[in-house]
Amino acid sequence: MKARVHVMLKNGVLDPQGEAVRHALGQLGFDGVEGVRQGKVIELELAETDADKARETVTAMCEKLLANTVIESYSVEVS
Amino acid sequence: MHAAVIVFPGSNCDRDMAVALERAGAKVSMVWHKDTKLPDGVDLIGVPGGFSFGDYLRCGAIAANSPICRSVVAHAEKGGYVLGICNGFQVLTETGLLPGVLLRNAALKYICKPVDLTVQTADSVFTSGYEAGQTMTIPIAHHDGNYFADAETLKRLHGEARVAFTYNDNPNGSVDDIAGVLSENRRVLGMMPHPERMAEAAHGGTDGAAMFDSLVSQVVAA
Repeated sequence: MKARVHVMLKNGVLDPQGEAVRHALGQLGFDGVEGVRQGKVIELELAETDADKARETVTAMCEKLLANTVIESYSVEVS
Repeated sequence: MHAAVIVFPGSNCDRDMAVALERAGAKVSMVWHKDTKLPDGVDLIGVPGGFSFGDYLRCGAIAANSPICRSVVAHAEKGGYVLGICNGFQVLTETGLLPGVLLRNAALKYICKPVDLTVQTADSVFTSGYEAGQTMTIPIAHHDGNYFADAETLKRLHGEARVAFTYNDNPNGSVDDIAGVLSENRRVLGMMPHPERMAEAAHGGTDGAAMFDSLVSQVVAA
């Protein structure tokens, strides 16, 4: 099955890249963009067929490697 | 004193670190990241600067999970000495040996220049060759050196005098101007500036030499 992990900087952690994108959008004439946060999407192909087990494994992957929970939060979708 | 310098794919300051340690009198072994065991009798582990694994995922994240890093963590947990410079600092935060994390520089630019630092504590084998409050000039060369930790962690770091160095003119947005931090037992130091690049006259300055000199003399004595 497939899993998709979204990794985002936690609220309160300054995102200079998102801020630079927001600034660039303003310069292109897109008014009213009040905030931009940039994150990562990681797609995994898993041999596992049980959705609950897959979710559990991918959560462990996030805690160990895919996210740095000091600054990042993550969410896991399994399909 | 026997030091091991870890080499990851993409490390580029490993030999500089080895030269600085050897100049100070250490015996140095280079250790490849796929090795699982450190050489016998290693006192100090150096985690060098560079771009290990191309900075993929997060700076230092893949290196922190490489086979040798389990031995690095075990060495630190036994009370061994570890010095992480630049990418090495990023690796040490990713292993959890040091608190906090290094974010992208606030101005999003790679910065390579000498900067002035203030020594915040002389109470460690890394900093005992300096005096607290002393200014030193050491080069930085990084894209992700913007130190961040939550308020509680910062309070602890300041309370326990574990901020080793601060920037006099903050180049990268680091919280509280932090350039280097010590572990709780003061035997693990991570710093973004490169003392090994300012360790002999040909480098244009020698402010970094005292770190390697005091490390070698004190770790031997300990």
